[in-house]
Amino acid sequence: MATQLVMYEEEFTQINAICDRLTKDANAKVVFLVDKNGQLISAAGQTQNIDTTSLASLTAGNVAAMGGLAKLIGENEFPNQFHEGQRDSLYMTIVGQRVVLVVIFDNRTSLGLVRLRIKKASDELTRIFEALLKKTATPGIGSPFAEISDADIDNLFSE
Amino acid sequence: MSFINYSSREINCKIVYYGPGLCGKTTNLQYIYNKTNAETKGKLISLSTETDRTLFFDFLPLSLGEIRGFKTRFHLYTVPGQVFYDASRKLILKGVDGVVFVADSQVERMEANQESLENLKINLADHGYNLDKIPYVIQYNKRDLPNAVAVEELRETLNPRTVPEYQAVAPTGVGVFDTLKAVAKLVLSELRKGG
Repeated sequence: MATQLVMYEEEFTQINAICDRLTKDANAKVVFLVDKNGQLISAAGQTQNIDTTSLASLTAGNVAAMGGLAKLIGENEFPNQFHEGQRDSLYMTIVGQRVVLVVIFDNRTSLGLVRLRIKKASDELTRIFEALLKKTATPGIGSPFAEISDADIDNLFSE
Repeated sequence: MSFINYSSREINCKIVYYGPGLCGKTTNLQYIYNKTNAETKGKLISLSTETDRTLFFDFLPLSLGEIRGFKTRFHLYTVPGQVFYDASRKLILKGVDGVVFVADSQVERMEANQESLENLKINLADHGYNLDKIPYVIQYNKRDLPNAVAVEELRETLNPRTVPEYQAVAPTGVGVFDTLKAVAKLVLSELRKGG
């Protein structure tokens, strides 16, 4: 069972900066970082016309399905996936076995450049997530919900 | 596994609706989608076959409000109920925080209910979860049908541990929100323990 993903200010800022830079360096339209369970972690670029929550969930579903297929043929997973569309294409990379980096791009850039830039960003992100997991596992960092009461929970459903 | 973001002050939890084919999992989500305000819900995604049977999953993101300054979001998923979609069904359980088992009350579906519940336990175990230890509620759906089995019998067969149970008629919404609230409360209580 995987440990719970907890995001702190410091790492969140670093991750957002990497996604922003990757968008520019790869000349991509959008860059997303999604947890394998389907939770959106970060989004950069032209995200305004995209339903980011649905994108995150479908990415996780896709990665899970491809992972299942990989195991059927004796592979551990398919760490990289490329889907080519008429205008926009999509590249997915599994980072640190835990999250998925998604880059959406069009013909203003090339698959080669996108792959090259993803490699660098992916290495940096792996390091951050390793640090993050260590931090989460550190005793003394309690759940922010340790203090909530039954009344707090009931209030959510009061209407 | 829930995702807590201290920076954006958000918490995201995953709830999975499980149960045999045609028991009403998708109908539960559709009712919730139709009855919630536009600002609290996202798009309902259904990956289904041409005959409207769930192929991979349905997905509905829902915001419930704030607890102690944290926005609480629930991601509701259904699994494909048909027996032969087991490989996909297992995938959906990855990272689950709470489970709703939707039972079909019709007498001829009792065996399918039992089979699906066993399948749920096996698939959870594959991810390292134990149904006895995670937030879990049961919904007895299709209570309006003439061939519905008595609740006592359903309880005896499907709910020996007497987890919270709700009677429902999903198309009209009876019991749908009660079920959702119950599982959401259990998930939040679990977070209090430190997830």
